[in-house]
Amino acid sequence: MASKSICLYFQVHQPTRLRLYRFFDIGKDSHYYDDFANRTILRRIAQKCYLPMNAQLLEQIKAAKGKFKVAFSISGSALEQFQRFAPDVIESFRALAQTGCVEFLCETYYHSLASLASESEFTHQVLKHKKAVEDLFGVTPTAFRNTELIYSNAIGEMVYGLGFKTMLTEGARHIMGWQSPNFVYGCDTQPKLKLLLRNAGLSDDIAFRFSNRGWDMWPLTADKYLAWVKESAKDDEIVNLFMDYETFGEHQSAASGIFDFMKALPEAVLADGTFSFVTPSEAVRKHKPVADLDVPDAISWADEERDVTAWLGNELQQEAFNKVYAMTEKLSIVGDPELWEDFGHLQESDHFYYMCTKFFSDGEVHKYFNPYDTPYEAFINYMNVLSDFQIRLDEKRAALDVKETAVQEVAAPVKKKPVTRKTVKKK
Amino acid sequence: MFGWEFPPHIAGGLGTACEGIVKGLAYNGVETLFVMPSASGDEDQSATTIINASDVAVDTVSESVEEYLDKVKFIHIGTNMVPYADPEEFSRLVDEDRRRQVKDFSISYGQKYKFSGKYGANLMEEVARYAMVGGTIALQRKDEFDVIHAHDWLTYYAGIAAKELTGKPLVIHVHATSFDRGSVDNIDTRVFAIEQRGMQMADRVVTVSNLTRNIVINRYGIDPGKVVTVHNAVDFSGRENLVVERGVKEKVVTFLGRITYQKGPEYFIEAAAKVLKRTKNVRFVMAGSGDMMNRCIRHVARLGISDRFHFTGFLRGADVQKMFALSDVYIMPSISEPFGISPLEAMRTGVPSIISKQSGAAEVLRYAFKVDFWDVDAMADEIYALLHYPALARFSARAGYDEVNALKWNGAAAKLKKVYESVVK
Repeated sequence: MASKSICLYFQVHQPTRLRLYRFFDIGKDSHYYDDFANRTILRRIAQKCYLPMNAQLLEQIKAAKGKFKVAFSISGSALEQFQRFAPDVIESFRALAQTGCVEFLCETYYHSLASLASESEFTHQVLKHKKAVEDLFGVTPTAFRNTELIYSNAIGEMVYGLGFKTMLTEGARHIMGWQSPNFVYGCDTQPKLKLLLRNAGLSDDIAFRFSNRGWDMWPLTADKYLAWVKESAKDDEIVNLFMDYETFGEHQSAASGIFDFMKALPEAVLADGTFSFVTPSEAVRKHKPVADLDVPDAISWADEERDVTAWLGNELQQEAFNKVYAMTEKLSIVGDPELWEDFGHLQESDHFYYMCTKFFSDGEVHKYFNPYDTPYEAFINYMNVLSDFQIRLDEKRAALDVKETAVQEVAAPVKKKPVTRKTVKKK
Repeated sequence: MFGWEFPPHIAGGLGTACEGIVKGLAYNGVETLFVMPSASGDEDQSATTIINASDVAVDTVSESVEEYLDKVKFIHIGTNMVPYADPEEFSRLVDEDRRRQVKDFSISYGQKYKFSGKYGANLMEEVARYAMVGGTIALQRKDEFDVIHAHDWLTYYAGIAAKELTGKPLVIHVHATSFDRGSVDNIDTRVFAIEQRGMQMADRVVTVSNLTRNIVINRYGIDPGKVVTVHNAVDFSGRENLVVERGVKEKVVTFLGRITYQKGPEYFIEAAAKVLKRTKNVRFVMAGSGDMMNRCIRHVARLGISDRFHFTGFLRGADVQKMFALSDVYIMPSISEPFGISPLEAMRTGVPSIISKQSGAAEVLRYAFKVDFWDVDAMADEIYALLHYPALARFSARAGYDEVNALKWNGAAAKLKKVYESVVK
């Protein structure tokens, strides 16, 4: 095995888009989702990206006889949509899982910002996702990636507490300073948690720049790219290429040659012999951490700032975020499965992303992913949905009180078992 | 009578008011010829005869072309006159205008001009052409009328042209002024000039409220002796009260109108925040759209009340009725409102209304609650009282309903008739 490594990880996520939800719907109609858009978009991307790319990866993995490896993280929201609208995609991921060369990572089930809001909600979603991956693919995830690679010391500690030894995040320049992302690092406050850092430049060469004809490096070939990787890791150990899976066929169209590039790249890497492919869990077994990284404030892989301002940067986003997480306590008292499910979908980070007002620096990227014309529309729609959700929650809570009083009245004369508040386990 | 629009195709309240006026005049035995730039043919002509200016060619001015030109030469064509456009729309219109200007711009005789009758980018051009055609129509029908009546600045030139060519007395009707569209130091001077010219040329100036009358006298420098207030009314005939199933259990307090500076939306938000500190059993709705909408959304988010403060965007037709039917309190905190018909609509639906003292409607509505637009404490107080003291809400709803039903155009038209009589020799 070559001493240096390349770690490929692909993020698979589809948001549960909300329908146009008007003030007049509040309290009357509690179906929040745009099923038509969700189905249409999912099926389109399945045809353009998930199915053909999965088939190609399977072929390449088989051909490389165990030398080509990749990792996936598939959000629970995406898994749900696959099950509803494109079960064949689940099948194709299962086939990949069976090769033993594909690692599935754990994340928050709803691709949420729970790590920034509530430890209990975060824990709940991580365990829910872990179980979903086990059930669907028969493998237990051991490495963790948080939504949009959001990471801080505190999040690292929570993740370690949940039994993960490996976590993926961004090699954010303001954290790294002179240090190279091409090593394994440790968490500052919990050194037993190993960190793999995304090499932003090399990852974005594929994910963002590949088909850009205005780019002076266009067209990108496997050999050219391998030379860059070698140069980048001249004195280093591991190059982490983390990107959205939709890069292949969706963000970069098939006509750009992205599939051919990804076919040629592993062959070129293996023929060259400098690098071997590793999955995240293998990477931390192979490479020792060189230092601990201190990340007091949350970082992510998004936008120029590489922080969480894409989701919580303005007053609209903060307001929506505060309002939704303020319901956590009441929900755990009520413990209604339907409410839990909607609560989860309402936490998807995408809803907050749509409210972003950073038009100037990253407007293009934001626009591409946004079903709303303006952040204001996104906010209004979201708050209307949330208002209806709040009404349902309050009604359930009130009904619970009525039921308890009734139980107490009946139970009082018998005096056998003490009546306690119905304790409800989170699902 | 020169108007700009007439139901059913209307953009604002002007057309509705014109319909009420001609019907009221008919009731009082006054016949009207109603000229409008672009009639569709489906207007209700039971009370008036509609003349479509788009059907009239200017060349019939015949022998008096010279004289005509001489008398109406004050008409200058400007561009980009848009009374009710927000900045985005404005920039779109400017682009449109630039493309259009490539075409020949001059007014040609012997041709009909197809008016859009809208409030578009070439509004100023339409206003000027409307004056030409208006003068022509006045000459053609010289023997059929005694008084010229022009509604709002868009038609003042037409009224002046008609007066110049026929010598008949001119009454202009001020439904709104430039000061209701912009703030005092930010008005459109070109519109102001037309308005002032119209007022100066008129034999009588009719205003929709004393508030507007004062503006006409003080800001436009018009002789108080010829300015008369005739309050608006509202026609509810044929209106059925909508029964709407409510989705929310809380009380609903509604603002409905363009979300612009003049309507005082931010005072509503501040008052809402104050009420929400006291009670949670209420939701606030801001219905409509406008250039201040995004700012208001941010304002609401900043105050942390957006789970109780909702925006609906622009509402059309039945949705407006639905919104009133869903409301427990209606509020119109306008900074400047010549009249303001919407609280009348609310009260007609049985919704108690709070209106600013700076609105013309405040002069006629005894049973509406009146506050200064800036007095958010008083506003919050009254919202709270109406929500929590059912007797008060019931009383004001019932009294308000009776009150607005008594406001008939027939009465307003009788006053107008007196105005006409005072100018006809």
